[in-house]
Amino acid sequence: MQKTSRSSQSNESGKADLPSAGLRTAASGTDQSKPASTFSGFGVNPGRIVGPIMLMPPMVHEPAKDEQRVEGTSSEEATAALQNAAKAVQASLRARSVEASGAGREVLEATALMAIDPMLINSAAKLIGEGASAERAIWDAAASVAKMLHGLGGLMAERSTDVLDVRGRIVAELRGVAAPGIPFSDSPYILVAEDLAPADTATLDPSKVLALVTSSGGPQSHTVIIARALGLPAVVAAAGVNALTDGTVVFVDGGAGTVLVNPGIEEENLAKAWIANRANLALFDGTGRLKDGHLVPLLSNVGGASDAVAAAAAGAQGVGLLRTEFCFLDRDTEPTLAEQVQAYRGVFDAFPGKKVVVRTLDAGADKPLPFLTDASEPNPALGVRGYRTHITSPGVLERQLDAIHQASEGTEAQVWVMAPMIATAEEARHFAELCCGAGLTTPGVMVEVPSAALTAESILKHVDFVSLGTNDLTQYAMAADRQLGPLAALNTPWQPAVLRLIQLTVAGARAEGNDKPVGVCGEAAADPALAVVLVGLGVSSLSMTARALSAVAAILASVTLVEAQHLAELALSAPTATDARRLVRDNLPLLNSLGL
Amino acid sequence: MPERTAVIASRVGLHARPAGIFVAAVGALPLEITIARAGEPADEAMDASSILSIMSLGASNGDTVVLRAEGEGADEALDSLVKILETDLDAQ
Repeated sequence: MQKTSRSSQSNESGKADLPSAGLRTAASGTDQSKPASTFSGFGVNPGRIVGPIMLMPPMVHEPAKDEQRVEGTSSEEATAALQNAAKAVQASLRARSVEASGAGREVLEATALMAIDPMLINSAAKLIGEGASAERAIWDAAASVAKMLHGLGGLMAERSTDVLDVRGRIVAELRGVAAPGIPFSDSPYILVAEDLAPADTATLDPSKVLALVTSSGGPQSHTVIIARALGLPAVVAAAGVNALTDGTVVFVDGGAGTVLVNPGIEEENLAKAWIANRANLALFDGTGRLKDGHLVPLLSNVGGASDAVAAAAAGAQGVGLLRTEFCFLDRDTEPTLAEQVQAYRGVFDAFPGKKVVVRTLDAGADKPLPFLTDASEPNPALGVRGYRTHITSPGVLERQLDAIHQASEGTEAQVWVMAPMIATAEEARHFAELCCGAGLTTPGVMVEVPSAALTAESILKHVDFVSLGTNDLTQYAMAADRQLGPLAALNTPWQPAVLRLIQLTVAGARAEGNDKPVGVCGEAAADPALAVVLVGLGVSSLSMTARALSAVAAILASVTLVEAQHLAELALSAPTATDARRLVRDNLPLLNSLGL
Repeated sequence: MPERTAVIASRVGLHARPAGIFVAAVGALPLEITIARAGEPADEAMDASSILSIMSLGASNGDTVVLRAEGEGADEALDSLVKILETDLDAQ
């Protein structure tokens, strides 16, 4: 947890009787019946909501290395306590498995069995006999089992995380604290967490969660992707906010990036206005254009057939990024050709006559796959990931390209393919050759490594298009891990250096001379203000989560190309990312009136 | 002591899902059952009611394992467990 606070009035205890000096109170200068305090972070998905919070229990911390049984507790008593805790964990996992379905259900059932596993419990009991506390004993016993499974590699290595998950739950049970994971509640709440992981998406119920607030995690963290996909207002890196207590009522402004404790009538009205506005925000009509008629196709990022159907219904003009990982994640082995063909065809069928850009497997770093990536790399973000897994596991990419080609046959979608993590023109050439060999006619590459932005002209001599992945481009340009809260200020695509790399990519495409398209498929495209800047920089199409289409379309329709170019200039020449964002937003008054 | 050999039919071997189904079946039997790779001494056999022990065997598709049990009903119990191991549980 990050203890330092950038909030104007941090409220570490979360108690309502602290002196009131919140931003709003100070600005209005009026006395409030209830004290207000504000936490400031980064607004990553717009929306204004008032509601009670629930805290996500923190990660279970490791017991002290030499933690011994408490004086007066026999080893039999400690072992019995451990067995009871293990049984309770087994019961709760079983209960969860009943609610799950398919493969998820069987994995939960297997995990429930691990909680009471005789091998695990007996080796912990042995450590208890030697004097360790129950918590320390299960901690070490599970660690050696996990290490053993990890050492077996491939198939079993992935399950080692299940053993560690079970360990965390048993220790939480022994300590009498809440189990780690998304809290369960019957009534809607605002989820406050340190940060969210991709795995939390599965257990997050969007009908119960009103908004997301994190104390850590940057504007490029997984929380943002989850928030946008579910359409939840979200503020990240609001340091200190996880010191609030369950049930505290707050006002979340996902546009401004603020969380106000004990909101008043004014915020209640803002929240009501947002809810009304959201309904009024005209649905996207299926043609992205500026005020002067300049066309900017708006496409959607999807991760499977059901996403694609929803995106088509929301008016998406195609798919700008099909994340093929969905086909591979949670798998121990490579999916077969037939499985892949079926999965891709489901997406193609949702967009007859439209463009579908398929990104080849992007494993590694924050998306490890047991059969492709090496979890022991010291710097996974700089490691064998994306296109680079082709070096260590040749064949997987060729088979995927074959599957994409087979899936494209007999569909009406225009199928384009692109490789992630391309750094050189040589790699682009090689990828284009592989595509050609598979019968795929429109190869392209992602620009997310700064070297690719700088050499876009050479790269585009070999491929037909590029697509900017702004999340990774930002993390690599700023040398700032996108998961780290303390680096959040560096990790925004509003950084003038990142905008400059986008401008250079467009310039490279123009210099190449064949008017090849430069799209954006990163989270930047979903920020309506940034979308205007991207178009002003010369980006030809934008791809985003389907939920952002109507807001982006509404703001784009409010400016001309000349105005967008002017705003892009303003952002490029701004001294800081904050100034760039403020200057552009100040010139787009529609943003505020729509609550975006 | 009654024993049976079985050839692992699951495509991914005795991994979490198939191992879970097998362990659940073992747990339902009132007997102590062990499992070992073919050729390994009986006193190094693993507790078949432990999913983690089973997974640590690392038995792949096509590998042969030996099940052992003693007591009333051991033969029938072993036969039923062999049937589970020799079914491709991933295909279901």
